[in-house]
Amino acid sequence: MFKEFLGGSINGEKLRTFSHGGVHPNDMKELTCKKAIVDLPVPDVLVFPVSQHIGAPAVPCVKRGDKVLMGQKIADAGGFVSANIHSSVSGTVTAVEPRMHPSGVLVNSIVIENDHEDTIDPSIAGNEDFEALSPKEIVDIVRAAGIVGMGGATFPTHVKLSPPPDKKIEYVIINGAECEPYLTSDHRVLLEHPEEVIGGLKILMRIFGLNEGYIGIEENKANAIKRLQGLALYEKKYLVRVVPLKTKYPQGSEKQLIEAVSKRRVPPGKLPMDVGAVVDNVDTCAAIYRAVTKGMPLISRIVTVSGSCVKEPSNFRVRIGTTFEDVFRGAGGFVKTPSKIIMGGPMMGMAMPSLNIPVIKGTSGLLAFDEEEARLPQQSACLRCGKCISACPMSLLPNVFNAFSVLGDMEKLEKNHIMDCIECGACTFTCPAKKPIVQNIKASKAKIRAAAAKSKAEAEKKAKAEEVKAKTDAASGETEKAEKVAESKKE
Amino acid sequence: MDNLNENMNQDVDKTAEVDTVKAAEINNKLIVSNAPHVRGGNTTQLTMLDVIIALLPALIAGIIVMGYRASLLTLVCVVSCVIFEFLWEKLLGRESTVGDLSAVVTGMLLAMNLPVTLPFWMAIIGCFVAIIIVKQLFGGIGHNFMNPALGGRAFLLASWALPMTTWVAPFTKLHIIGNADAITQATPLALLGGEATGELPSYLDLFLGNVGGCIGEISALAILIGAAYLVIRKVITLHTPIAYIATVFVLSYIFGEDGIYQILAGGLMLGAFFMATDYTTTPYTKKGQIIFGIGCGVLTAVIRKFGGYPEGVSYSILLMNLAAPLIDKITAPKPFGTMKKGEVA
Repeated sequence: MFKEFLGGSINGEKLRTFSHGGVHPNDMKELTCKKAIVDLPVPDVLVFPVSQHIGAPAVPCVKRGDKVLMGQKIADAGGFVSANIHSSVSGTVTAVEPRMHPSGVLVNSIVIENDHEDTIDPSIAGNEDFEALSPKEIVDIVRAAGIVGMGGATFPTHVKLSPPPDKKIEYVIINGAECEPYLTSDHRVLLEHPEEVIGGLKILMRIFGLNEGYIGIEENKANAIKRLQGLALYEKKYLVRVVPLKTKYPQGSEKQLIEAVSKRRVPPGKLPMDVGAVVDNVDTCAAIYRAVTKGMPLISRIVTVSGSCVKEPSNFRVRIGTTFEDVFRGAGGFVKTPSKIIMGGPMMGMAMPSLNIPVIKGTSGLLAFDEEEARLPQQSACLRCGKCISACPMSLLPNVFNAFSVLGDMEKLEKNHIMDCIECGACTFTCPAKKPIVQNIKASKAKIRAAAAKSKAEAEKKAKAEEVKAKTDAASGETEKAEKVAESKKE
Repeated sequence: MDNLNENMNQDVDKTAEVDTVKAAEINNKLIVSNAPHVRGGNTTQLTMLDVIIALLPALIAGIIVMGYRASLLTLVCVVSCVIFEFLWEKLLGRESTVGDLSAVVTGMLLAMNLPVTLPFWMAIIGCFVAIIIVKQLFGGIGHNFMNPALGGRAFLLASWALPMTTWVAPFTKLHIIGNADAITQATPLALLGGEATGELPSYLDLFLGNVGGCIGEISALAILIGAAYLVIRKVITLHTPIAYIATVFVLSYIFGEDGIYQILAGGLMLGAFFMATDYTTTPYTKKGQIIFGIGCGVLTAVIRKFGGYPEGVSYSILLMNLAAPLIDKITAPKPFGTMKKGEVA
């Protein structure tokens, strides 16, 4: 153990990481990292919001009173950047109405009463051999299965898998960093279902015509690294490379992971595909595998339930649509009254306003913090210590962002590249003055985006108005001409 | 596995009703705030406490060599700094920042930059300048553009040059007031510069602190122990101190001096580790800190060699403090993935 620490390697593989910044929060993973995945009892009523992904909301294709089967599509993707939604149980649609969503607002949702039969939609059929499928057919399966980034970002996966033809993909990377404290869901999937993850990675390699693929895992999951290294990693022309990563937050951030694995750096304003990389989360990869080989759409996910208030911290396989209340009940309830419920990890997760909110595709964890942990820290003056700058994985100036956000100087913020911020919160974590830096950055970015959208809309409006004006001018010109002609004729 | 599930279901049944009642109750009390929901343990107060702890070895060395008056003078400085800060904020109706311990650090640093024989009332005036004029008039902690302790010291040196440059021989018995008859001894740098005559102390005396000088600057060993603590606690990095000390070392040889002597004597060690690393008044990027250290080093070596003062550390750091914002501007990091000139994605 100590030798590994000194050498910075696992089984002779040197640990890799990103080049600038990062912080080391207390990882708290010991609460659940040894807890095997357990199927959470399926509740009587499940709620499926139509927005479980980034992009256009899905459009419900069932109505009140409809009988639905497990795995049946209940809402259609509302565009290319959107995702289908499927019922995770068999039962009856009891309502299609606005319900509380993790974002804290009411979102149109399909409510299904579970008949506890789990009758699977008969149209669900898998493909024994994914190699018989063309890349396009695979992407279509992923699209139909409603798979989105399950690390929390919930970006529709089929969009990532459909780069424009001029972008040659050379690196497919499975993100097993799981750098958020508390969360161990990906860790457990790697340990318990490595065949699904490796199978999913091979499917991704097939899509891009690659023979090599990568799985990046932080060294705090050494047993998962060794487990994967011990498997047959070279089979039927597909080579899986396990990349041990240093334990450092935010190692699981897409751009930072790409740098650690490929040494390529995604330029500001560009996408991973611009440097030939595609990154997918562990659970997403397993979902792709199940969708392709078993035909099962995305209807369940692994959720870490943890935090000081939880009686029995656990890793559950949860049906999408299960409410938080049911999840916490499955974990034995609370030992003390929680003051904060977090969906996701504590670094980037969202605080929930209620327990009557369903687990969605991006719910990687549910944490219950007590009063002490939920207390907001006392702020003091910025000392200019520069710890935020040293911590920033994007080599930005968080202190400058904070100062100009308070002043509301959007021009200076944009000039200092605020839009490149990945909102990881490393600056805010490390700040001794406890400044709400990333909170201010998020607010400023939203303002800048809104202003950009507004000026774009105005420009369009102006262009349209000018067009109309030009037309009327031309028309009035014509009338004038005609009048003149008429007048001259009179004469 | 099945067994586990069954057990769990039983548990659920037992607590189900209680939980449901609670859920409604809990919903009303949930705190919704923005991420991150966990914070590092570091605070301004802890940082300052670390600096205080790190200053103790040098202070103890000063007390051992110069006697109990060194501890009294330090106490006077610390207490007056805290009182000035408290009164000023009270007067302006601001929230008191005495609790962040920064005034204590300023008081300690100022005392350690004073000769042990300095009358207490002068020290109190120095504290007034440091806290009120240099720190509070510019907005308090985090807003001052130069180091308060050094600002206070510079003021005292300009106002009362003689008492500020009266040094006593190590292990001289001193009184609380009236030390005019004490045996004076020139500092090593004054001896070296020809401003005074006497026997030069050895490297070992310099290293341990068996020399004349300000309370906190005499023992390089004690300062290094404190500095090591600051580095281990990650309060400071070594960019500035190493750049600073190395520059003085190299330039001393270029100027035909003894480099080892130059870095051990005078206030260089204290200045490099404790004053040139002050957060507020020095650059915040690593590159900037190296430039800052080199700048301090050049100024110190030049002042020592060519200036009217035997010592140049205070003025070097104060001058470089003024350049810090500019250094920050030119050393701002390039965002992740920014292309170098001519590079293609």
